Amino acid sequence: MSFDPKILGIACNWCTYTGADLAGTTRLHYPHNVRVARVMCSSRINPAFIFRAFVLGADGVLVGGCHPGDCHYSTGNLYARRRLAVTKKILEFAGLEPERFRVAWISASEGNIFAETVREFTEQVRNLGPQTKLAAQKRMLA
Amino acid sequence: MSRIGVFVCHCGLNIARTVRVDEVVEFARKLPGVVLAEDYKFVCSTPGQELIQESIEKHRLDRVIVAACSPLMHEKTFRKVIEKSGLNQYMLTIVNIREQCSWVIEDEDKATEKAKAMVNGAVYRARLLAPLAARFIDVNHDALVVGAGITGIQAALELANAGRKVYLVEKGSTIGGHMAQFDKTFPTLDCSACILTPKMDAVLQHPNIELLTYSEVSEVQGFVGNFNVKVRQKARYVDHEKCNGCMACMEKCPGKASSEFDELLSTRKAIYIPFPQAVPQKPIIDRESCTYFLKGKCRLCEKICQQGAIDYEQQDSEISLQVGAIILATGYDLMNTEALKQFGYGSYPGVYHALEIERLFNSTGPTDGKAVMRDGREPASIAILHCIGSRDKNYNEYCSRVCCMYALKFAHLFKEKTSADVYQLYIDMRCFGKNYEEFYHRLLEEDVKFIRGKAARVTDRALSPEEEGKLIVEVEDTLSNKFMRLPVDMVVLAPAMQARRGVEDLSRIFNVSLDKNRFFIERHPKLDPLATHTDGVFIAGACQGPKDIPDCVAQAIGAAAEAITIIGKDKLELEAATAFVNQQICCGCQNCVQVCPYDAPGYLADKGASEINEALCKGCGLCAASCPTGAITARHFANDQFMAELEGLMQY
Repeated sequence: MSFDPKILGIACNWCTYTGADLAGTTRLHYPHNVRVARVMCSSRINPAFIFRAFVLGADGVLVGGCHPGDCHYSTGNLYARRRLAVTKKILEFAGLEPERFRVAWISASEGNIFAETVREFTEQVRNLGPQTKLAAQKRMLA
Repeated sequence: MSRIGVFVCHCGLNIARTVRVDEVVEFARKLPGVVLAEDYKFVCSTPGQELIQESIEKHRLDRVIVAACSPLMHEKTFRKVIEKSGLNQYMLTIVNIREQCSWVIEDEDKATEKAKAMVNGAVYRARLLAPLAARFIDVNHDALVVGAGITGIQAALELANAGRKVYLVEKGSTIGGHMAQFDKTFPTLDCSACILTPKMDAVLQHPNIELLTYSEVSEVQGFVGNFNVKVRQKARYVDHEKCNGCMACMEKCPGKASSEFDELLSTRKAIYIPFPQAVPQKPIIDRESCTYFLKGKCRLCEKICQQGAIDYEQQDSEISLQVGAIILATGYDLMNTEALKQFGYGSYPGVYHALEIERLFNSTGPTDGKAVMRDGREPASIAILHCIGSRDKNYNEYCSRVCCMYALKFAHLFKEKTSADVYQLYIDMRCFGKNYEEFYHRLLEEDVKFIRGKAARVTDRALSPEEEGKLIVEVEDTLSNKFMRLPVDMVVLAPAMQARRGVEDLSRIFNVSLDKNRFFIERHPKLDPLATHTDGVFIAGACQGPKDIPDCVAQAIGAAAEAITIIGKDKLELEAATAFVNQQICCGCQNCVQVCPYDAPGYLADKGASEINEALCKGCGLCAASCPTGAITARHFANDQFMAELEGLMQY
């Protein structure tokens, strides 16, 4: 059997999480690999959450927020966009493949795009194989 | 150690079909801190809720996890349930094993595995949850209704009759909306004006309604119970305080333009009211067609006006309002049929769209109610083409719902007013409402010809002598499997009802999302059709999707009732998950002050630290992630709580 990645999803309450709900209510099938944690706004995401997920053994992390300009809190996702761009650079600096981290802007009406993004990203992470670079640091957590 | 109770819902078979619920329960039971794990067919039902309440009492639970549908669906329900048992409502965690799991994963093993991981994450998080104190705010008792078509009018009247002050904002210079353009309404064929104009007048006369026509909302700040709204009133160049509505100015005005109200089929003056029964009965000047504004001289209206009401220097003005709830009733636009070249609208004068026909039939319309064409002839044959741009994947996939019925109404009125042959070219007859099917049957007996087929093209290229001088509609009759060429004098298009042009601006101003067809999205399609994801902002009528008048009116009354549940209260409970600053760690950098869109954090110079005003905080958590020292905690989404959830989610 091919490698079955473990992916953390972090979705904002108003757009991406609602979009994921729509994917569910319309019964769009997508891979089981992404497990979603909800935040009120993508701007709540502390880069430490992303690092922590990789240290805990996540093979990939997918963050979803409202489209820039459509944030429920007016400007939150603009801060998130910059912060997460830097986060990606730091991950790369730490030796991680940047393809393991993706930020997607998915609105409440885009259930199909949520499903499609999960499908694509899962494939992408699957092709990269298991993430060992940061996962090896797990013992440091103790 | 915490005492967690886990309740796993079957949701009938919605969850249980793909997730092995008993296995998830077994799994949860063994997790540290969990003292009880149970499953139930429908946890949201009364017995399900009682099960939770009894368990809290019996097992002295201090935290509850419900693994069921989306938190957006029932988080509030279950918060109330545990609160009744004396637990703080924030000690609840919802695990979304339906929308995120059973509905999207086909494989039973994988779905069960994911459900377990999700429950594990919730247990990790639940252990670190803390009770939060409820917050209350004062509520403004006034309401704003945006759009004064039949929906907005009805909503405003309901609120006003309930004793609430209502601001009714309308973009146009009169209220009434599309319904004011109609002649008759289906299926009763009662006169549109006869049922609408009394309501328009009631709006004008009502002491609780402040009508703001020729105005648009430009900005909305604040939140449920306390919205601050800015309205821009466009310059009318007529002082409505002074104007007494004598209309002498309109008689003498030399400026002319096509009447938008008559769908450009007639002309109006540059100083005008859109139609004789307009409300308010006071004119405006259209700069684009006014001789004075175009050429710098004329000022005839000024000379005639005995009230001195004409004011060429008038500027747009801004009005500030405070309201507790908002109803959006901004309606629809008819699809621009010129874009559909194959039907010849704009190329052939014999092709009309539905609103033009409404005006032709109307006794105050361009032909005084006579069904004659642009060249003055009475048509001898008429084809009514259904589903123009509706039920068509190239344009709008959805059904516009009202077209079948008004097409039948047109056919009846054509039969009444002319001796023409009338053809209906339809895909399916959708006559869904009360007494609608009966109306269809009535028309079947009125010698109207029904051809089951979507028209493909309208052309004037004749292939035979009887087609000369006619418009030929090409259609496949799907009942006899025959390709037909139908020569007629007049073609009537039933174009799609679409979301308003510029609705994106409204979406931004009111913070209401749009669906893929650019209609406003309701909070829940079945159980919360009038609310939006922004608390205190409701939607009604065709701005949410195509609707007929009875549905619009019903929604308007419903939205008014929803609004009253907010503005009828003195205090409102707010989400308690706000942020706070630990001033001993705060370094005084003021990052939080800079990033917050609500000005909730403020800097206290004497303490050298920030403080967050909880009344203003919306709980987004931006400041917490922006704080370099970790002094800010976003309650309910604190770093340790979220990190624990991650650990649980990633463990298995």
